[in-house]
Amino acid sequence: MRAWAVGGDFQARALLCSDPMARTGLTEIRIHGRGGQGNVVAAYLLATAAFEAGRFGQAFPSFGPERRGAPVAAFVRIADRPVRLRSQVHNPRFLIIQDEKLLHVSGITGGLLPGGGVLVNSRRSAEQLRVPGAARTVTIPATALAIEILGLPVPNTALVAAFLALTELLPLAALEKALARRFQGEMLDRNRRLVGAAAARVQAAVWQEEAERAATA
Amino acid sequence: MQQPLEGSEAIARAVALCRPQVVAAYPITPQTHIVENLARLIADGELECELVSVESEFSAASVALGAAAAGSRAYTASSAQGILLMTEVLYNIAGLRIPLVMTCANRAVGAPVSAWNDHQDSMSVRDAGWIQLYCADNQEAVDTTVTAFRIAEQTELPVMVCVDGFVLTHTLEPLELPTHEQVDRFLPPYRFARALDPRNPISIGTLVSPDFYPEARHAHHQAVLRAQDAILDAEREWRALTGRSAGGLLALEGPADARVGILCLGSVFGTLADAAAQYPSAEPVKLIKLRTFRPFPFDALQQACRGMSDLIVLDRALSIGAGGILGNEVRAALSELPTAPRIYNFAVGLGGRDVAPSLYPQLLEAVKAARPARFAVFDLEPDKLAHQDR
Amino acid sequence: MAEAKTPPAAADLRRRQPSFRGLDSGHFACPGCGQALAARLVTEAAGPDILVANATGCLEVFTTAWPFTAWRVPWMHSLFENAPAIASGMEAALKAQGRSTKVIAMGGDGGTFDIGFQALSGMLERNHNVLYVCHDNEAYMNTGVQRSSSTPHAATTTTSPAGMHRKGKRHLKKDLLSIIAAHHIPYAATASVAYPSDIRQKVRRGLEIEGAAFIQIHSPCPLGWGHDGALSIEVARLAVQSGLFPLIEMERGEVVAVMRLRNVRPVADYLRLQERFVHLFADDPLAHEELEHLQALADHNIETYKLRADTPGPRDSEGADTVRRGGLRWA
Repeated sequence: MRAWAVGGDFQARALLCSDPMARTGLTEIRIHGRGGQGNVVAAYLLATAAFEAGRFGQAFPSFGPERRGAPVAAFVRIADRPVRLRSQVHNPRFLIIQDEKLLHVSGITGGLLPGGGVLVNSRRSAEQLRVPGAARTVTIPATALAIEILGLPVPNTALVAAFLALTELLPLAALEKALARRFQGEMLDRNRRLVGAAAARVQAAVWQEEAERAATA
Repeated sequence: MQQPLEGSEAIARAVALCRPQVVAAYPITPQTHIVENLARLIADGELECELVSVESEFSAASVALGAAAAGSRAYTASSAQGILLMTEVLYNIAGLRIPLVMTCANRAVGAPVSAWNDHQDSMSVRDAGWIQLYCADNQEAVDTTVTAFRIAEQTELPVMVCVDGFVLTHTLEPLELPTHEQVDRFLPPYRFARALDPRNPISIGTLVSPDFYPEARHAHHQAVLRAQDAILDAEREWRALTGRSAGGLLALEGPADARVGILCLGSVFGTLADAAAQYPSAEPVKLIKLRTFRPFPFDALQQACRGMSDLIVLDRALSIGAGGILGNEVRAALSELPTAPRIYNFAVGLGGRDVAPSLYPQLLEAVKAARPARFAVFDLEPDKLAHQDR
Repeated sequence: MAEAKTPPAAADLRRRQPSFRGLDSGHFACPGCGQALAARLVTEAAGPDILVANATGCLEVFTTAWPFTAWRVPWMHSLFENAPAIASGMEAALKAQGRSTKVIAMGGDGGTFDIGFQALSGMLERNHNVLYVCHDNEAYMNTGVQRSSSTPHAATTTTSPAGMHRKGKRHLKKDLLSIIAAHHIPYAATASVAYPSDIRQKVRRGLEIEGAAFIQIHSPCPLGWGHDGALSIEVARLAVQSGLFPLIEMERGEVVAVMRLRNVRPVADYLRLQERFVHLFADDPLAHEELEHLQALADHNIETYKLRADTPGPRDSEGADTVRRGGLRWA
């Protein structure tokens, strides 16, 4: 573990190399949803799954007073080594949209890197949705799946599972371990089943190449 | 052993490891998760503690004060409006020389009303006589919290651990919690020499006339200055015990002989550090992560800035009508150097405005133009200003 | 001083009352200060095994001028508005430490009715095991006699002076005890320095219960009320005997006992002795009206609390009730 990741002696450290490849392996994801849809938990699950897979994960919500139904966003950074920056994700490689009606909000896909992927919680197909500025769009009916398997209309687990299946950014087993940190017993079993069901709904690895692309400065 | 934790939960667990006997809780965004986590630890039997859910922050600080005076390790946390409401008590605690640790989850102070992060709250009480330590990330928040109890109890001074609200409190990232064994070895049980005890009755908080007052204040001031030693001792021992730095007085990153520097407090450091790699500059730049703000580390700062030609000081708060707070204190400290650097004092991220890595090259532009700024709000968006304010 | 022997156990400490002087002489209260007397009586009855949290006010000022203190019990003064919160913190600490030392909070009427009101309500709502004693001298005396919400109707203070158009304080004395009643704490009472045994008994009752207790002690201030210090006890007694300051006890918001008045005195007898009411005796319709108003207030108290001795009251069977209840615990 690099010393500066967990605090340490910074005295006389050489400036980090100027190679843009220094950020190789950093993937930035933005998750949009509404208060009450488990937006923050989705982000935390991703970052925790990264940890379970031996990588670095950072997650935080766009902050503000808590309120059901208000549009919210959360940010995730997954990398091979610790990331210290804490700004909001302005140029995500991937977007996860928990509520398709948010697509009407102007700028919701703002900053998406060219070729970046958008995963939308929707019963409709990607062609029907027509997400502006997005080259790759995938939809899954995450809420319906959640109601069916969890008994709750919370789409986050399904979306995160589908995302990981699409990108192979992290193994699904890592997501299951992340879920095990949060849930026990019946709820954990259901969440695990939901992971499988959601992953099965998407074409595995179609976004893998995009996921492996280095972040541009 | 590392684990992924939300900042608030990590801080709560760090507090719990220190075995406080009394925790006073009053909700205010963005500190609330800390006391909620503590409440859950108590409810699950992981912490034996009296949790007093008070009816305002004024009482939160007062309950903590009463408990500490009565011989129990105590803790509370607050932000923004709550810090200001309890200001009178903060002065009282420090002046009475009562050991206490408090987390300030930094947040902007109204008006205008804001729930977002900046340092106006803790800066507003910098004169109260507390030790003030600023954390750059959640690992530092954990390590500073534990070491704070020891520093407080050794110096008989209260310690305010400042943690950027939301940016740190609500961020999940991997970090390492110390073990029970480590903390128990590092932090002896609470023993306050002047604790209230019927077996040895004393009176605390008497009226002090002009005959004695200046001496009391001098003694307090000296005690806070001397606390630098306790801070460094704690730092050394913590590093020996865990292998980690809690932050010390300040930390440097970059070439030791760099003539350009950027100084900041708190979490914006992380963004700057990564930005320095993302936007390499021809001119070597040294980053100064100030961690101890009170006592103000005059000597360490002067040493770090010796030979510097230009220093950018980033404030996350301001003294309305005068300018930057950190900027002016740094300016004063460095004016004692035979050749002080040119100072560029900017406020960034006020009220939680996002500090993007692209700020870094923009800051260095100001140095290139050799335009020292007495003070300016750096990340203004002029089209949002009324005409006369542009 | 070295600790050569083991410190005395808590039970030993308590056995040393009531001759224990928790507040000793040598302080510089005004001659005839009701509050000094009340504080002495309270600490005598409480014994040495207590911690005191004292709000800003006369008491704290005249008993502790660095480097001296008149207190022989552990004592702390923090601020004006937080004695109940300080006491709550002390109580939580003692509970966490497993100690049986009791906490007494003391505040004047300013620190209790006004600026400390919120903290008091919080402490009572959480039912901390604390006895709160309010020294009620009916104004901000320490700062020079300004009106508080405890100041009686028509009393003169520097911020409610009587003049051509005004006859002293316009508003009624805040009915704090009804507010305390609404908190349903185990025990609340009013007392007066004119009845020292009654104070001691109520203090012991308050300290014996587990939970919050509140006692409001009427304490004349010769300077602020405008009478000779030697008359403090008589003035206090007349306040009670007129019905203006009824002595009652409540358990969980219900009145369980009152001090009955065998010889009800007209309020004028009480008011006449104090300069703060002298304007009520002018030959002036407004003055007459206010005097009648005060008498009406007294009459109202007498009726509400059934203060007249000829009506039977619960304390008549006090002894038998106590035995039936199983002892001296008033919970």
